Amino acid sequence: MILDFPRTQPDHDEEHYEEVSPPAPRRRRTGGAFFVDHGFDLAGAAIAAVSVMVLLDRLTALSGLIGLFLVAYVAFLIVFGVLVSLREDSLAVRDAVMTVFLSSAALIAFAALGNVIIYTVWRGYPALHHLNFFDQDMSRSQPTQASDLAIGGVSHALVGTLWQIGIALVLAVPLGIVCAVYLDQTRSRFAGFVRTVVNAMTAFPSILAGLFIYAFWILTLGFQFSGLAAGLALSIMMLPYIIRTSDLVLRLVPAGLRESSDALGAPRWRTMWHVVLPTARSGLATGVILGAARGIGEASPVLLTAGFTTYMNANPLQGPMVSLPLEALKLVQSGIPGWAERGYATAALLLVVILVLFVIARVIGGFGPGHLSRRQRRRVERVSARTLVRITSSPGRDLAPARRAR
Amino acid sequence: MVPPPVGEAPPVKRRRVRAVLGTGDRIFRHGHRLSAVLVVAVIGAVGLFLGVKAYPALIVAKLHFFTTQAWEPDAHRFGVGGILPDTIFIALVALAVSIPISLGLALFISEIAPRRIQRILISLVDLMAAVPSVVYALWGFNYLQGHTIGVSRFLSTWFGWIPIFKVAGPSSASILGSANAYTASTFIVGLTVSLMVIPIQCSVMREAFSQAPLGEREGAYALGGNRWGMIRTVVLPFGRGGVIGGTMLGMGRALGETIAVYLIISPVYTVNSHILETGGNSISALIATLFSDSSKFGTSALMAAGLTLFALSLVINFGASAIVARSRSGAES
Repeated sequence: MILDFPRTQPDHDEEHYEEVSPPAPRRRRTGGAFFVDHGFDLAGAAIAAVSVMVLLDRLTALSGLIGLFLVAYVAFLIVFGVLVSLREDSLAVRDAVMTVFLSSAALIAFAALGNVIIYTVWRGYPALHHLNFFDQDMSRSQPTQASDLAIGGVSHALVGTLWQIGIALVLAVPLGIVCAVYLDQTRSRFAGFVRTVVNAMTAFPSILAGLFIYAFWILTLGFQFSGLAAGLALSIMMLPYIIRTSDLVLRLVPAGLRESSDALGAPRWRTMWHVVLPTARSGLATGVILGAARGIGEASPVLLTAGFTTYMNANPLQGPMVSLPLEALKLVQSGIPGWAERGYATAALLLVVILVLFVIARVIGGFGPGHLSRRQRRRVERVSARTLVRITSSPGRDLAPARRAR
Repeated sequence: MVPPPVGEAPPVKRRRVRAVLGTGDRIFRHGHRLSAVLVVAVIGAVGLFLGVKAYPALIVAKLHFFTTQAWEPDAHRFGVGGILPDTIFIALVALAVSIPISLGLALFISEIAPRRIQRILISLVDLMAAVPSVVYALWGFNYLQGHTIGVSRFLSTWFGWIPIFKVAGPSSASILGSANAYTASTFIVGLTVSLMVIPIQCSVMREAFSQAPLGEREGAYALGGNRWGMIRTVVLPFGRGGVIGGTMLGMGRALGETIAVYLIISPVYTVNSHILETGGNSISALIATLFSDSSKFGTSALMAAGLTLFALSLVINFGASAIVARSRSGAES
């Protein structure tokens, strides 16, 4: 779903085949030419739409910015359709209008994303450029002097997030990957069942993971609110996601590699450990990183299991421990001016963390299965050189004596 | 049956080939099988434990749990009769906004965007999915809310005769009335949640669309269709399973969304079908609001609500994955 590997298609060299038989063009057509062809129509429609918007704004106190945009957008589509119909038939008009409509859907979605990110950073900026925001906790910032941004920060939430996601990863990654190995190795009915359950659980409401840990760990077993409890909840939330992505990645490993390893007489576990998992390494890492990004951003399981505190607490076993998303939520919810800014700053910090993880995942994931970095390649070459030496230096094992005997 | 003639060899039985596993392989096999059992056990434990904890409350409330529109567990008057419909209203609003946008976005990426920017757009959609829900929630709470009131007011003034757009209260009578009747509404929450749902729906739909076979596409062009004609007759029918499955996955996500609802809405426990009007609720927001100051019985009642949500989202997710898997486009994922 999220993972995207380049599907390589063999590119035929068209020139050589031209006379023999025309090879099918294996490129699907997509088009940006549309926007060039219809440039004037688009510009005209846009001018008309803006005029309608301005006119409406002057004439009526209609309904705020979004309402105006909606009206202007409809006007834009109509005018554009009319303009195209001056030159072309109704089918072409429908094609042009739908193309513009689909493109604008994309525009709306990305504009909303940009709006969210810019708004968060803009609101958080006043607090972000104070260094104390990163190395103090909130215990000294009282509501009465909340607007003093030079006192207090969210270091406790940062530490909390690190602990919680660390615990969650330690639990969920081995279990998840081994479970994906199971799905890869077995074709039984139970494997199908596991896969169905896991797929159904990937969109499972995260608050239920929190509720489960709250009911089980805190109410029944009697432990405190703690970072450990939050880590447990996050691991339950992340587990299906990690299994699903790992499962998809393991299926991409070429069967030829496994079969070669099997044919050399390697036991199953050696094939898995030395061939399949290293080949899928980049994909597995991508899945884990994106899973971690998801876990870091999730506030609701933490809300139910970690409690809330303004103090630094570096012990995940005891006492409430807040995380970045929860801190952002609580600070903005308080509605106190200085704290709300810090809430947005926390959200911006969270965004930066997610973005960094996302870029790392992209870079690693872009390699595709089997890709080796330069260092990894050197290591593999060293190992094979050693193996070669071992094979050639033990005369009992190679074929030379047999040939001599004949 | 004719007995085999004497002197001929009896028919050769097919030999059963059995691999002999070494110790390492036996450990390996048991290990990964154990982990799968463990995963299923953990997931099962979540449902089971919610059920066990919810039992005391469900025994008291019986079937009235699904009809009562109140939440006073200590007075034994509680139920999801109001909250469950409100949860579904939020999800429906989110879907009404997100389906056209994600469908358009998916078609744009797979059919219209030039190849060069296709990958960038896919990355952007993935980034949109990776943005934490709390960030969307904060944006919806402080930014979107202020900008949406105008739309709400417009809809309720001119389309108030449609039941869901009606807003009770004095302010709806005039365009210049107070804005307070429109804040913290199901509509605003639904808009916020739609942003979280769009990337999920879009990636499932895009995956389905991009697998539409080249031959059929070219066939549509060869018959004289233009691009929209090709999309309408080839890509959309081919990707129908992806569209339905993606929509349902998005709905599952929208039903379970906690933080946005918890932050924005002003909770009520009755059915509020006027989506533009202040007040609404969802099961997950109910749990987030009340878990800390509930009595033992109150917690049990919350577990019952959580169990309802669990069952609902399982049904929807199973349905979604079944539809995606059965469709022509989704056989492999």
